[in-house]
Amino acid sequence: MNLSHCKGSTMSTPSSSGSHLRSTGDAVSDQFPAGLRVLVVDDDPTCLMILEKMLKACLYEVTKCKRAEVALSLLRENKNGFDIVISDVHMPDMDGFKLLEHIGLEMDLPVIMMSADDGKHVVMKGVTHGACDYLIKPVRIEALKNIWQHVVRKRKTGWRDPEQSGSIDEGDRQQKASDDADYSSSANEGKCSKKRRDEEEDADERDDSSTLKKPRVVWSVELHQQFMAAVNQLGIDKAVPKKILELMNVPGLTRENVASHLQKYRLYLRRLSGVSQQQNNLNNPFMNPDPTFGSTSINGIDLQALSVAGQLPAQSLAKLQAAGLGRSTAKPVMSMPLVEQRNLFSFESPRLRFGEGQMQHLNTNKPMNLLHGIPTNMEPKQLANLHQSAQSLGNLNMRVNASVAQRSPLLMQMGQSQPRGQIVGENGSHVNQLPTSLLQPSVPNRISNGVIRNGIASTSNINPAYNQVPQSSSFMNFPMNQTNEMSARSFPLGSNPGISNITTKGMLQEEVTSGIKGSSGFVPSYDIFNELQPQKSNDWDLRNAGLTYDATQHSNHVQGNIDVSVSPSVLVHPGFSSMQQTGQNRDTTSSMGKAVFSMGEGMDQGNLQSISQPQNPLHIDHSVRVKSERVPDASSQTNFFPEQYGQEDLMSALLKQEGIGLAENEFDFDGYSLDNIPV
Amino acid sequence: MDVVTQMQRQLLQYTSSLFKEGFLDDQFNQLQQLQDESNPEFVVEVVTLFFEDAERLLNELSKSLEQESIHFRRVDAHVHQLKGSSSSIGAQRVQRVCIAFRNFCEQQNVEGCLKSLQEIKQEYSLVKTKLETLFKMEKQLFAAGGSSVSR
Repeated sequence: MNLSHCKGSTMSTPSSSGSHLRSTGDAVSDQFPAGLRVLVVDDDPTCLMILEKMLKACLYEVTKCKRAEVALSLLRENKNGFDIVISDVHMPDMDGFKLLEHIGLEMDLPVIMMSADDGKHVVMKGVTHGACDYLIKPVRIEALKNIWQHVVRKRKTGWRDPEQSGSIDEGDRQQKASDDADYSSSANEGKCSKKRRDEEEDADERDDSSTLKKPRVVWSVELHQQFMAAVNQLGIDKAVPKKILELMNVPGLTRENVASHLQKYRLYLRRLSGVSQQQNNLNNPFMNPDPTFGSTSINGIDLQALSVAGQLPAQSLAKLQAAGLGRSTAKPVMSMPLVEQRNLFSFESPRLRFGEGQMQHLNTNKPMNLLHGIPTNMEPKQLANLHQSAQSLGNLNMRVNASVAQRSPLLMQMGQSQPRGQIVGENGSHVNQLPTSLLQPSVPNRISNGVIRNGIASTSNINPAYNQVPQSSSFMNFPMNQTNEMSARSFPLGSNPGISNITTKGMLQEEVTSGIKGSSGFVPSYDIFNELQPQKSNDWDLRNAGLTYDATQHSNHVQGNIDVSVSPSVLVHPGFSSMQQTGQNRDTTSSMGKAVFSMGEGMDQGNLQSISQPQNPLHIDHSVRVKSERVPDASSQTNFFPEQYGQEDLMSALLKQEGIGLAENEFDFDGYSLDNIPV
Repeated sequence: MDVVTQMQRQLLQYTSSLFKEGFLDDQFNQLQQLQDESNPEFVVEVVTLFFEDAERLLNELSKSLEQESIHFRRVDAHVHQLKGSSSSIGAQRVQRVCIAFRNFCEQQNVEGCLKSLQEIKQEYSLVKTKLETLFKMEKQLFAAGGSSVSR
């Protein structure tokens, strides 16, 4: 995955010119719209060729694709590699509207639909699904000359997804995406690139988005925690947005924000319970944020952060888990993740309140919120503790959580993981520092078992780890609330292995940013998973897996959920998906755990082990660590990561087993998508 | 008038006649405008691609309509695609028949569909021949040292 590419130009992405867009805001403006990075998807080769030529004549950078799945994976791998997508409506492998939804959820890019069909209802469909424009074939070059307006418009208005209740912070997403990318790429490879990217991207994106965008609700870790606290207080059944809003008493927060977040959270929980097996483990605890996060809220953040940290989180998570939260997992790569993990764990200390209890992982993550799914009661205090112990740590947790959460989504998004890596990248650097402490490889028993499985129980252990993590302070710098930058990324990662897809989806983005930023470690996990596939994800995965896994343990719905949900979209890390499939469908937690790990493992294939090792980001020893329990699946995963699409299949398979519709999965990873996407 | 000029004139005349008769529409002009030095064979390439794709689609259509129980949806999907690609290169008459074809599909009118299929095949082979002739003329012109006036 994209670890290597720092700037968005990863594998099949169009020339890295895209990166230039992002990296230098100035450069972009000068040349703009020249150099606009367009992705064209059409199964008709004639049209594709013509469009490509036309777009090139407009001085855009074009990448063409015949299949929607290829396009999605391209987008996921290269989160910030494209500015706009043009897609045909009728395609054999995937409906254009579905692709549109995916993109909207995961990457939040402007999408233009086109078709020879000019029937009113089709055009209306485009509008309702969120397309920013609809072109009738034959497309003329004049029509293409102005498509850049959609890119600008979106950036200005912060991509408020009409379907979502606005909880998703598009801007955040973008940022997250970039963060993720940064993390993922750098975390694994070299933080430098990521940092560079982060800085640039962050600056670019943040500036644009923050100043121009409408205020989006960023579900930071704290916010999510508050949310969780309110929900727990009311009781998950009785928690209605209005009351939650009152309890939270956050100025500026609207009922709609809460409602959407709650929806995500619920999905996450549902996922956890339904999927429990596989992914739950991983995802849930961390990912919990997904369901609830939907909107990048912290819950998601945790996950997101985790996801963001994608790389990190995975690692950190794993570490955390391994360390039983207390330990300083040595997730070297994900320094962040460690922190996050710690957070997860620490917070979680068995709060698993979330309704499922599985989410215990989440609890730990409380700060991370990633585990939203899991009612990690990690209360903010815990977070605070974590923070204190290590600012970064706190982030980690958040991140971890986020990543965890994200991981699920990340997993799902695995394709996207790259971006997440970015987050990790950022954090990665930090994370590396931390991870060692956090992710103690030794976790296997605890963290992995306890943490992951129990999800949060281990968190308590982790707490100590947090302190240990102080090193990560550097990375923890990411403010937990990092605005969705991380989350943005993390979600895309979707593949948070452990993170329930749900969380990752929505949450990651938003939360991730928050969490991720800080926890970059986690976020990377997402990415890590995706990116790490080759190796890294291990740590992270483990973490996530462990975290989520444990939480739900058998039910690790989280994980399983995550996987499940994730899978549809293949988002799940390849490894993850494999896990899922292997583990998931069946068994429950153990599978999940495995799956989770596998994901991670898949990613890292063995990296898990590295978790214990200082920084073997890639190694996700998850399998090893986390689980002693799980490990069996890990092996299965490694294979999976590489294929994102495979994941989808896996996911679907998993889901089927789970009984979850694929449709859900696809969306799940974002957590948002569940809600929004009309499956 | 020298050979080149003559050829140019002939090419021009031939091209206009194609437009007049509705074989080609403005979209074809767009394609020609896209062609440049960096890609001097662009139009030929695209049209060749179209031919391949269209033939494939026509085969699929024939097969689908030969079935005992016809999947109109699938037939419609193929026709839709053919409509899209033919419109993209400016094969107007083919595109028009596609529209009629789709209507028959919607009505699940087997006879209408079969009739349309015949028509499409006819129109397709007509435009194919015409375009191939056009390209040949262009080639000859180039070989003789002239340049296409189609831009």
